[in-house]
Amino acid sequence: MSKIGVYVCHCGENIAGVVDVEDVRQYAEQLDGVTVTRRNLFMCSDPGQEMIRQDIASGLVDRVVVAACTPRTHEPIFRTTLEKAGLNKYLFEMANIRDQGSWVHAHDKYGATAKAKRIVASAVGKAANLHPLEDKFVDVTPAALVIGGGVAGIFSALELAKMGHKVYLVEKQPSIGGAMAMLDKTFPTNDCSACILTPVMVEAANHPNIELLTCSEVADVNGYIGNFNVRIRKNQTYVDWNKCTGCGACAEACPVRTANEFNGGMDHRGAAYIHFPQAVPKKAVVDMSVCINCAGRKLGTEPRISKKTGQPVLAACEKACPSGAIDRSHHLPAEGTLRDIEVGVIIVATGYQVMEKENFPEYAPDSPNVITALQMERLISATGPTGGKLLRPSDHRKPRTISFVSCVGSRDVRHHTYCSRVCCMYMIKQARLIKEKYPDIRIFMHVIDVRAPGKDFDEYYTRARDMGITFVKGKVGGMEILPADQVRVLGYDVDLGSNIEVDADMVVLASAMEQPPTAKLLARKIGLSFDGAGFFKELHPKLKPVETAVEGVFLAGCCQGPKDIPDTVSQAKGAAAAAAIPLCQGKVRIDPTISEVDTEKCSGCGICTPLCPYNAIVLKTYSGRPRAMIDITQCKGCGVCTAACPSAAILLHGYTDVQILSQIAALTRAA
Amino acid sequence: MEYTPNIVGFACQWCTYAGADLAGNLRCKYPPTIKLIRVPCSGRVKPEFILDALAKGADGVLVGGCHFGDCHYKDGNRKTANRMILLKKMIADMGFEPKRFRLEWISGAEGQKFADVVSEFTEELIKLGPNTIVEENAA
Repeated sequence: MSKIGVYVCHCGENIAGVVDVEDVRQYAEQLDGVTVTRRNLFMCSDPGQEMIRQDIASGLVDRVVVAACTPRTHEPIFRTTLEKAGLNKYLFEMANIRDQGSWVHAHDKYGATAKAKRIVASAVGKAANLHPLEDKFVDVTPAALVIGGGVAGIFSALELAKMGHKVYLVEKQPSIGGAMAMLDKTFPTNDCSACILTPVMVEAANHPNIELLTCSEVADVNGYIGNFNVRIRKNQTYVDWNKCTGCGACAEACPVRTANEFNGGMDHRGAAYIHFPQAVPKKAVVDMSVCINCAGRKLGTEPRISKKTGQPVLAACEKACPSGAIDRSHHLPAEGTLRDIEVGVIIVATGYQVMEKENFPEYAPDSPNVITALQMERLISATGPTGGKLLRPSDHRKPRTISFVSCVGSRDVRHHTYCSRVCCMYMIKQARLIKEKYPDIRIFMHVIDVRAPGKDFDEYYTRARDMGITFVKGKVGGMEILPADQVRVLGYDVDLGSNIEVDADMVVLASAMEQPPTAKLLARKIGLSFDGAGFFKELHPKLKPVETAVEGVFLAGCCQGPKDIPDTVSQAKGAAAAAAIPLCQGKVRIDPTISEVDTEKCSGCGICTPLCPYNAIVLKTYSGRPRAMIDITQCKGCGVCTAACPSAAILLHGYTDVQILSQIAALTRAA
Repeated sequence: MEYTPNIVGFACQWCTYAGADLAGNLRCKYPPTIKLIRVPCSGRVKPEFILDALAKGADGVLVGGCHFGDCHYKDGNRKTANRMILLKKMIADMGFEPKRFRLEWISGAEGQKFADVVSEFTEELIKLGPNTIVEENAA
C-alpha cells in the first residue's frame, strides 16, 4: 500500500482566501492510501519544501501530492524536493487548485472548495498508481543554428561563437543586417544605425566559429534537443559566390529597373543587384522573377555566336562581370540546393514586418506622399534613394509640413490590440532629425499618448517638444487627398476639444510591427506556438522569456514581440546564454514520460506505426513474431499510439491507462 | 439541493490546460463544474475514457486540444478529431445524450475562451439535467 502525503498550499491569500484549505486537508485525510496531510502558507517556500523532505526522510510518505498552483510552473520545483529527499522524483503529482480553482471561482467559495476536494482526490488516485521512472541521457551535437540574420540573430550567433560553439547563421536575404540595416539613426542617442551595426555584421561574418548561410531558408526540422536534423535550402542566386567580388558591375549593367525593396520601393534596382551598399557578405544575386533575359537565350543554353564579330552574345550581367561569376550557360536549379546540418540547439530570431499602408484605406494609401515610417527611415538615410535629402516622393520637392500619425494598426481593435512599443520613439527621432536639418519644416505629431519608458527616452521626448515639434493628442480619423499632392489630415485635439485639420505635404504612418505570415510555416516545422498577438510564445512570460515549449529551441528579438534595439540585443544575448547550457553540458536528459511497448502483450498488428508523428515506432521480429518497438530518442510522449493500441500494449509512462482511469473514478465518485 | 453538473475534462498540456491556467491568470470567472485531467496531447485520450467517465456518472465530458496546425506533436489533434467522430455516434447508441460530450480546440492564449466554453457547457448540462444512467442501470 502506498503512503501518500497530501500538502495543501494557502499561496498566501491566493488559495486560502477562496478555498477552505483546512476542509480540503481534512477531506484528503480519509482518502485511500493517504498517510500524512499538512498545509502551509507557501508550499514552494523553503519551510514548505522542508516539510515534505522531513516526511520522506522519516518514512512517513513515499508518494507526494501538492495541492497548489499549476504543474506547468511548479512541478519541476517539487520534483527536485523529492529528489533531494532521496525519493524518485516521478512519484509526485500536483493538484491545481489555484489557477484552475481559487482564481476563477472567487465568486463561489463553497463550489471552489468542493472542486478543490475532487481535484485532490484525482491527484491522490493518480499518485497511488505512480511508478518510479529513470531519466536517460544522450549526447548533444556541439553546434547551434540561428534562424534570422538581423540584429537579434547576429548577436545570438556572436555570443555563442565567442563561447567556442560552432554556429550556423541562416538568413533568407542575400545579406545579414535585417531591419536595423534599413534604419538611419537610432534613438535615444542618434547613433548612425549602419555605423554601429556594420562592424558587428563583419565580425559575425569573419568569426571562425560562424558559418554564414545567406539566401537560405530552413526547409525542415526533425529531431529533439541535442540532436536536431535541419535541412537548409540555399535559394538560387544565379551568381557563383566563390568568384563574385561584390564589385557591383553586373548591377550597373543590368537593363532591368524594378522596385528596390531595401529602399521601401522608392527607387529601383536591377534584376542583378547587391542587397545594399554595406551588405555582408557583399555578393550579387540575380532575381530571375524580373530578369528580362536580355541576351535572348534560355538559362542553361550556350550563347549564340554573333555572325558579325564571331564572339558569343552574352547577357549584360555576364559581359560586365570581371570575375566570371555569372555564367548563364550553366543549368542551375531554380529551387536552389539542399543541405542537411546537425545541431544541438536552435535560436529563432526571425524578426517582424511593418504593416503596409494599403491596410488602412482611411489614410489615403493612394497618395505617394503617405509613407510608412520605415520608408521615412530610407528617405532620410544617406544611403537611401535621395542620398539623405528629404524630398517627398510625388515631385521630389522639399516638404513644408509633415504630419506623423501614431498607433496605425497598433492599439486598434480592428488590427492589433497590442502596443508596438517603438513607434513613439522612432517618430520623435525622425521628427528631431528632420527638424535639426530643416528647422523651417513644420512637424505635427498626432499621438494617442507618448510612450517613452526607456533609459533616457523621456528626456529625448522633452527635447523634441523644446525643438518646436507640435504634439497633438488625439486619434486621426481620416485623410483626404488635396490638389498639388497634399494630404489633409483629419484629426482631433483633446486639449482643444475639437477637430483639427492639417494640410500636409507628407504624412508618415507609424504602422504596427507584426509577425510575418511566413512565421506560421516555420512554427509548424519546429513546433512553436503563438501568443494572442500572433508572436512566438515564450515558455513563461517572466521567468522563461527566451525558452519555448520545444526544448532546445529559444527565441530572440521581435519574433517574440515588438521591442527596440537595446531590448533585442539583451534578449539575443540571453537566448545565447540559455542555448549554451545544453551545449556546455554535452548531454541532455531524455524525459522518461514517453511510451514503451509491452512486447508480451503486443500482437504486432502495426496500427501504431503509421500514427506516430516522429516515425519512432518500427516493427521488429521478436521471438519469431513482429513486435512494435519504440525508439526512446525519437518518442516525444504524445500518447497517440497508446490511445490507439487495441491490445493496450503501449504504456505511456506518467499517463498510463490505470492512472487516468483512477483519476476518472475519483472525479466521478459520489461526493 | 440545486443541481450542479460534474464535468470531467481532458486537456492537452500545451494548449487547453495552458489556456485554463491563463483563465486563472486573467481571473476569468466560470462555474466550478469542470475538473481537468492533464494529458500530454488530446491524442492520448482513449475514447474508452470518455465512455468510462459517462458510465461512472459524469454529467459531461470535455476534451480540449490545440487548434489544427498548432499541435505540439504535429497532428495529434487531427487524430483526436477523427476518433471523436466515431465516438459521438457511439455515445448516442449507448444511451447517453450526445450533448454531454464536447470536443473543443482552445489554445494557450485563449483563457477567456476556456471560461466561456465551460460556462456555456455548464448551462447546457443544467438544461439537460443530471446523467442518470448509473441509477437507471442499478435499478
